Amino acid sequence: MSSNLAAAGEQPAYDYNIVRQFAIMTVVWGVVGMAIGVLIASQLVWPELNNILQPYTHFGRLRPLHTNAVIFAFGGCALFATSYYVVQRTCRAPLFGGFLVPFTFWGWQLVIVLAVITLPLGMTSAKEYAELEWPIDILITLVWVSYAIVFFGTIVKRTTSHIYVANWFYGAFIVTIALLHVVNSMSVPVTLTKSYSMYSGAMDAMIQWWYGHNAVGFYLTAGFLGMMYYFVPKQAGRPVYSYQLSIVHFWALISLYIWAGSHHLHYSALPDWTQSLGMVMSLILLAPSWGGMINGIMTLSGAWHKLRTDPTLRFLVVSLSFYGMSTFEGPMMAIKTVNALSHNTDWTVGHVHSGALGWVAMISIGAIYHLLPILSGRKTMWSVKLINAHFWLATIGTVLYIAAMWVNGIMQGLMWRAFNSDGTLTYSFAESVAASHHGYLVRAIGGAFFLTGMLLMAYNTYRTMASSEDEATDAQPQTA
Amino acid sequence: MDINDFRSLSTVLVFIAFIGVCWWAFSPSRKKQFDDAANLPFSDDEINNLGSSKDASGDDKKKQD
Repeated sequence: MSSNLAAAGEQPAYDYNIVRQFAIMTVVWGVVGMAIGVLIASQLVWPELNNILQPYTHFGRLRPLHTNAVIFAFGGCALFATSYYVVQRTCRAPLFGGFLVPFTFWGWQLVIVLAVITLPLGMTSAKEYAELEWPIDILITLVWVSYAIVFFGTIVKRTTSHIYVANWFYGAFIVTIALLHVVNSMSVPVTLTKSYSMYSGAMDAMIQWWYGHNAVGFYLTAGFLGMMYYFVPKQAGRPVYSYQLSIVHFWALISLYIWAGSHHLHYSALPDWTQSLGMVMSLILLAPSWGGMINGIMTLSGAWHKLRTDPTLRFLVVSLSFYGMSTFEGPMMAIKTVNALSHNTDWTVGHVHSGALGWVAMISIGAIYHLLPILSGRKTMWSVKLINAHFWLATIGTVLYIAAMWVNGIMQGLMWRAFNSDGTLTYSFAESVAASHHGYLVRAIGGAFFLTGMLLMAYNTYRTMASSEDEATDAQPQTA
Repeated sequence: MDINDFRSLSTVLVFIAFIGVCWWAFSPSRKKQFDDAANLPFSDDEINNLGSSKDASGDDKKKQD
């Protein structure tokens, strides 16, 4: 299954097979992860849905499966696919690493399958976004080190003199995730499926959220900014607005993000100065975040009309708008007085999803729509109209989701802090849960919109890849 | 001088490093080099679009009118 492009002209023989594998699995895991998301959102509306097959389908077991599937399976495959593609094309060198390249694919798929098996069985280290038990953690480490060897080996082999900025972001993402994963997952194994963290108390909490926030900062931000710096210019057909700004963006972002994690632990047992440090660093973080967002959006100056006809470009640009919005919301929520209202409410869930659906998923979807035609030797996807339908389903779904969570979150925060004149609480916790019912319904509908869009993408992907084989063998062209 | 002076000093050093990165990135002598770097995603296209970005923007304006 070698690509037509790989053989063309003076280009080196790029390894597109691995890119194709990861790109297709991005779509598959996207559908799976978001379907589980819609299921657990529905469980909060109709609690009977917990009982499909107890205890495996309980919310508490499926929720980590949802987060692992969308972050590490869907997002991870998108990052592997795009980074392998971008590093080859901008370094003008085929991938380094030999057997390590397919190992990163099969190893990563094995990690995901093991997560699908162990999490519903209740095997968990109980660390958010790092729930997988120690044998799987070791496998992740092996895959990740192989990934680093392949990626940086390719950069060393490059035939261009400069290392393009997208590779700097991908590189920072790979190095930092290795560090975060190894430090946070340190544990004492008791049995094959149970271990206890090496850290305890406030120290454990701080290390967990140093990991958790930098998983957001380097996995869900730096990696996808790498995607942005290649695919936005490429799809818009013009170089990035300011390459100099991208350099300042890179160094400012990676040197600031690492300090902001303690804002997850406001009003906890963490020392007060550490909380304040996290708040201040989160506020400063607005500057590089918006610098990068503006750099991406301004790349379109002079090419705005392309948005009218190109839904793939629309995905990429709207993702930047959501990125700008959630990187404004994040620093605001990190302010301690705002956090006193928002902490532990659905506002946090809404904030995460404006980043996860609006930014991470949309830029990945845009990049995959850019890649699939190239990987199947076609000019466009099988149906551009379906991309457009997907775009509107995704946008409306995201807006419904985050609006419902804003309403719910602020309402919950206000109900929890309401006191009677004699000092007793005005509302019980169960009353705030009952009041959240309508918001949960709207959220489930928004999620279903987003999932429907992913199903359209899966069908479009299938038709695109299927017709590419026909074209390759010069059979009848079945495209409309 | 106690340890808190060194802590304050680290803030100053990071600020100087930031100014240094800005100066390095925006100094006019490196402008050409970075313009070439910005075109790296386009350098291996079969149909070479290199150097046509200015023309393209002119075309775009015409199309918009």
